[in-house]
Amino acid sequence: MIGLTHYLVFAAALFTIGVFGIFVNRKNIIVILMSIELILLAVNVNLVAFSVFSGDLVGQVFAMFVLTVAAAEAAIGLAILVVYFRNRGTIAVEDLNIMKG
Amino acid sequence: MLISAAFYILSAIAIISALMVVAAKNPVHSVLFLVLTFFTTAGLFVLIGAEYLAMLLVVVYVGAVMVLFLFVVMMLDIDFVELKQGFTRYLPLGAGVAITLFAMFILVSNTRIAVNIGAGDLASPTPSTDIANNAEAIGKILYTDYILFFQLAGLVLFVAMIGAIVLTLRHRDNVKRQNVTKQVGRPRAEGVELMDPKSGEGVAL
Repeated sequence: MIGLTHYLVFAAALFTIGVFGIFVNRKNIIVILMSIELILLAVNVNLVAFSVFSGDLVGQVFAMFVLTVAAAEAAIGLAILVVYFRNRGTIAVEDLNIMKG
Repeated sequence: MLISAAFYILSAIAIISALMVVAAKNPVHSVLFLVLTFFTTAGLFVLIGAEYLAMLLVVVYVGAVMVLFLFVVMMLDIDFVELKQGFTRYLPLGAGVAITLFAMFILVSNTRIAVNIGAGDLASPTPSTDIANNAEAIGKILYTDYILFFQLAGLVLFVAMIGAIVLTLRHRDNVKRQNVTKQVGRPRAEGVELMDPKSGEGVAL
């Protein structure tokens, strides 16, 4: 029978793969953004699994808000990416140093 | 039994395609594998009865956000081979961090803390499915107890939309644009001329 632990392990795997993706794709900011999407998806799986297995709907409502924030973040991130590419002609993360941060 | 089989098949596809997202050479393939991950995860949500979130994932995520990603990846002219360099260099570090993190997650998820959750402890208990289905139940609490957060989520999306437009908007010099103020402010004397042509001669333009 599928229980809470199955979903937690699945979410852990997704989260780990997202973190791994950020480490190995140091140069490609598009894949980094996609890895962040994977991490947020893992968080959503956790929220929904806890919500269902404890019989409380708030987790699903909160997962919806996480989805909203993730969509906003993706839109702004890609807009910044497009502007940056227009100005510099590259999206390599290592060149992202004009703000001297 | 069937549910267990569906869970294992869907989660295996999801995890393999998630791995392909980070390992694919072409970012377009990465986006498509991410779409597959979202679809299979939506299937997993359906398995435990969170149909509304599953449909939201398919419609909002696959339909809007992933298409946005696909647009950006395909429109920017990027040398993807160069961006893939350093993959093997950071592989040991990434794998080490990932394995450590995964081991910690597994340890935590196998832990059981005995807490008795009574019916009074739940903020919004799930109604039984013959009273309201999943979408109905979520709607009933979303538009009442969580209306403030719902509106704030809308505000977040609105600000994000304005931000994206402001960031990417640019005026080109050699493109003609409509100037409404100039159009409306044009006086009658500039636009209309009264002529009195003689018969058979017409008007000299």
